[in-house]
Amino acid sequence: MTIAKQAAPSGVALSHDEISRYSRHLIMPEVGMDGQRKLKAASVLIIGAGGLGSPLAMYLAAAGVGRIGLVDYDVVDASNLQRQVIHGTKDIGRSKLDSAKDRLLDINPHIEVETYNEPLTSENALDLFAGYDVIVDGTDNFPTRYLVNDACVLLGKPNVYGSIFRFEGQATVFDARIGPCYRCLFPEPPPPGLVPSCAEGGVLGVLPGTIGAIQATETIKVILGIGEPLVGRLMLYDALAMRFDTVKLRKNPDCPVCGENPTVTELIDYEQFCGMPGHDHSEFTSENEALAPAIDVEEVKARLDAGDDFILLDVREPHEWAISDIDRATHHIPKADILEHLGELDTARDIVVYCKTGGRSADVVMQLKEHGYERVVNMVGGINAWAEDIDRALPIY
Amino acid sequence: MASIRIPAPLRAYTDGNEHVTISGRTVDEGLRDLAGQYPALEKHLFTDGKLRSFVNVFIGEEDIRFLDGVDTPVKEDDRLMIIPSIAGG
Repeated sequence: MTIAKQAAPSGVALSHDEISRYSRHLIMPEVGMDGQRKLKAASVLIIGAGGLGSPLAMYLAAAGVGRIGLVDYDVVDASNLQRQVIHGTKDIGRSKLDSAKDRLLDINPHIEVETYNEPLTSENALDLFAGYDVIVDGTDNFPTRYLVNDACVLLGKPNVYGSIFRFEGQATVFDARIGPCYRCLFPEPPPPGLVPSCAEGGVLGVLPGTIGAIQATETIKVILGIGEPLVGRLMLYDALAMRFDTVKLRKNPDCPVCGENPTVTELIDYEQFCGMPGHDHSEFTSENEALAPAIDVEEVKARLDAGDDFILLDVREPHEWAISDIDRATHHIPKADILEHLGELDTARDIVVYCKTGGRSADVVMQLKEHGYERVVNMVGGINAWAEDIDRALPIY
Repeated sequence: MASIRIPAPLRAYTDGNEHVTISGRTVDEGLRDLAGQYPALEKHLFTDGKLRSFVNVFIGEEDIRFLDGVDTPVKEDDRLMIIPSIAGG
């Protein structure tokens, strides 16, 4: 499947400065003056200025894409800098958009950068997308991915897709005019809580560099109309094995949005569709946090200081104990192993359960209650709240 | 024997194993064999005895949804893959 090569729009000229800058493009016949003018005339909207958005935006700016839009509403956090290379240490606390715009215009002052400091929603997506040729999905959550897909299908725009988790990434170009869409591959989202986010599961810092660079490559190919776009093929990358696999994607005739008889003909409520919020700044959260009996860190501290007898149970993974630890914890049993260790937990004693931020421990509290434990409570906010409010000597991670 | 590649999000339930050898004449039998070897995986693959809709299974480069679904025959040296829905960015 190839996209028809179109002539560069007339009236777009390159200055002498631009010709010097883009020299390595211009000497390749596949790009040339015509292609470079197409890049200058093109507009690309990048959803998310995070892990994927960082390398993507920088390469597209360097390549001379004339108008780059960025949608994000987050601020730069220290924990972003391990992978979000568009931002620097000096930018911590700044809006990601301000930081990214400065960096992009430093890379290439010949381009325009437009920033949208707001969440992408069903209310604003169509208007935002309408002004751009290509949409690039670098978001971090399922509801926004379905929203980006549906808006692209409804407007007939290519959606250059990438997503990452731990050491693995995926990339493809969804263009429902000539191939499948995201819903053809993933008709339904996984249930909430089943797939951990990067905030919970972690991500290799360089991974979004690899996947973001693939997305940037595909975006440029789509604009230039050269090569074989990644339409109808899903690229799977495994950084640990250092292996790329490709599988075929097909258009689903019964697809609810791009199929023969679509039932989704306007944007819907994607948070409701996915049963989860459309952001991922936060840690793993669990529906059980609202259900599990709770105790706050001050009360746990007071009970410890008073010499109360209770079990203080840490349900984090062993590698997390090395990051920070409450020295008065009596038991360390990872969440997944809890049912095999019930023998170590006395139903007659009070049990206070904690994890990093309170999500996993809430699940354990509910699990223990199902197994006959009556006197079990969740320490709200986890060890990070303990580090914030009780023991400032501990790091927050 | 056919083998199946387990994606990172599900490896917590296969003792960290990425490649698992499975037996069975069809995808359904192969996946049930897999769930038999790693019972913790069962609920992530099946619901009410059926393959969960968000679990994407490929044989070689092909999505089983466009072959014969879970009835797709599996040959001795087939390589199966579960492609996860991931959303990180």
